[in-house]
Amino acid sequence: MSKSKKAGKRPPAGRRLQKTLTGIAGLDEITAGGLPTGRPTLICGGAGCGKTLLSTEFIVKGATLFNEPGVFMAFEESGAELAINVASLGFDLEQLQKAKKIKIDHVHIERNEIEETGAYDLEGLFIRLGYAIDSIGAKRVVLDTIENLFGGLSNIGILRAELRRLFHWLKEKGVTAIITAESGEGKLTRQGLEEYVSDCVIMLDHRVIDQVSTRRLRIVKYRGSVHGTNEYPFLIDEDGLSVLPITSLNLAKHVTMERVSTGIPALDKMMGGKGFYRGGSILVSGTAGTGKTSIAAYFANQTCAEGKRCIYFAFEESPRQIVRNMRSIGLDLEKYIKNDLLQFHASRPTLHGLEMHLVSIYKLIKQFKPSTVILDPITNLVTVGLMSDVKAMLIRLIDFLQDEQITVMFTALTLNSVVSEQTDEGVSSLVDTWLLVRDIESNGERNRGLYVIKSRGMKHSNQVREFIISDDGLDLVDVYLGPEGVLTGSAREAQQIKERTGIALQDYAINAKDREISRRRKVLESKILGLQTEFESTEEELNKIYMQEELKKQVMEGSRQEMLRLRRGDAAADKNDKKNGR
Amino acid sequence: MEDKKWELRLYIAGKTEKSATALSNLKKYCEEHLKGQYRIEVIDLMIKPQLAEGDQILAVPTLVRKVPEPIRKIIGDLSDKEKVLVGLNIIPA
Repeated sequence: MSKSKKAGKRPPAGRRLQKTLTGIAGLDEITAGGLPTGRPTLICGGAGCGKTLLSTEFIVKGATLFNEPGVFMAFEESGAELAINVASLGFDLEQLQKAKKIKIDHVHIERNEIEETGAYDLEGLFIRLGYAIDSIGAKRVVLDTIENLFGGLSNIGILRAELRRLFHWLKEKGVTAIITAESGEGKLTRQGLEEYVSDCVIMLDHRVIDQVSTRRLRIVKYRGSVHGTNEYPFLIDEDGLSVLPITSLNLAKHVTMERVSTGIPALDKMMGGKGFYRGGSILVSGTAGTGKTSIAAYFANQTCAEGKRCIYFAFEESPRQIVRNMRSIGLDLEKYIKNDLLQFHASRPTLHGLEMHLVSIYKLIKQFKPSTVILDPITNLVTVGLMSDVKAMLIRLIDFLQDEQITVMFTALTLNSVVSEQTDEGVSSLVDTWLLVRDIESNGERNRGLYVIKSRGMKHSNQVREFIISDDGLDLVDVYLGPEGVLTGSAREAQQIKERTGIALQDYAINAKDREISRRRKVLESKILGLQTEFESTEEELNKIYMQEELKKQVMEGSRQEMLRLRRGDAAADKNDKKNGR
Repeated sequence: MEDKKWELRLYIAGKTEKSATALSNLKKYCEEHLKGQYRIEVIDLMIKPQLAEGDQILAVPTLVRKVPEPIRKIIGDLSDKEKVLVGLNIIPA
């Protein structure tokens, strides 16, 4: 089944090495399709590094997912023991055995029960294995741990020759086999099995660094195939084994223009009025107590309010604590938890290594399929890993989330409030949007200022906003830029009051002026009236004088005529003289 | 010891030289030491492969002493007489 899949994927691969999917999360990715089909693969590693588990999962997944029956030949544990050991992973070996999907054959070797005399061979083992393979038509075989033969049999010469024959025989049988072996000093395996199995060798390793254990897997060689050469962390949990490739191979991500609200309208406004890009990554950094968690909680709340899902990974506070604290700023997260829209996952960073954190985050995300993920705060992860490890982990997480089109918000604590550009775990270059919440200290009080340091691909405000947390929630207020500089908090309030007073006073002043003007107008009007009256009386006076003059003139003319009439005779010459004289 | 019944089982895989040698050796030793008290069952795993698991057979030839208990196993062509007899507890070590 897997063969045909593989062939279908790569058309010119007629002569290419065929591979068998293991079904183990991540392993198929780094081996570019699984283990070599029909060939033995050697898995080596120290005690307790997960060899048996990996091989069991190979068999079980083969039987359950790919319909490839498998034979598990156990040299260490009995079938019953094995069944119990893997039952915790949800593998029901009993059931699978009954269904003839797998066959477990326990090879018990007790040195003191066996006496060796003369020549022998291991044909018995071959027959047993061959019978087991044929009885269920197995495609997969595990030999775990074949080196135990070396403990049970003393004739090393025969043993080596027989093992060589066994691996050839397995190839001829065409089964995909896993052979496990303990790693030895300076060698991959204690008995040098890598000499015989040379197609594919996978090394498992279990390391403890700073009291935190990490399991790692490396493909030492894989003949005829490309493969990841790095050490890949892997994890064993209740679902079995999962390997995670450290970096995805390309940056060809699907991107969207879709935007998601931040849950704070004023912040949306700062981000071009729409909020974050869906599938983007947001870093909220700030010093202690600046409200990073509140911003994150608002974002979570918004996501849930839109009926989408959100996972909140809390590394500092317990879920109850966060719910309680957020209630004080007007957020009811409880109802979303009940609605199954919001999931909290609180774990102390020191609970397990970074890889384990990452894998558990992966798994939860795969299960819950949220549209928003919040990690609060990532700073605490540094306690379990080096800075570079944390960065590598976050790169992987961002890559993964981008692939899944999930928006992620990290919060990070900046330890140094002076250097605002302090890179927070170095992720600031990776994230799409970086919000910085800062303390602004003045006039003996501390206030919060919020900046959008960067926001890729959108217009965003370059303003510092005062970030206010009140009973009603979060809000952003324009800070007051006055002659005295940036004013926040009560200074801003005071300034605002001052301004309001100023306006009132001005209003009053304008009113007073208005009244003054109307008064003066009245005065002037009355003056005008007076003057008019005066003017009229003067005019009358003038008229009177004029009339008098006229009358006088008439009277004088009359009397002159009279005199002329009286002086008739000599009066003709006089008349001309008098006229000229006038 | 004389009245005990010996049940011996010899596992072989095909008629190989080794299995023939083992069988003839075994018969020889039994005739010498356990005359009339033993029964040899030869199991060819080529014919009955399903029987290999029960007695935990890896190597062939393997001689298994079923009775008397406890079960003892001797692998090889049984060419070392001393070892076989000691191994089967026929003679004390």
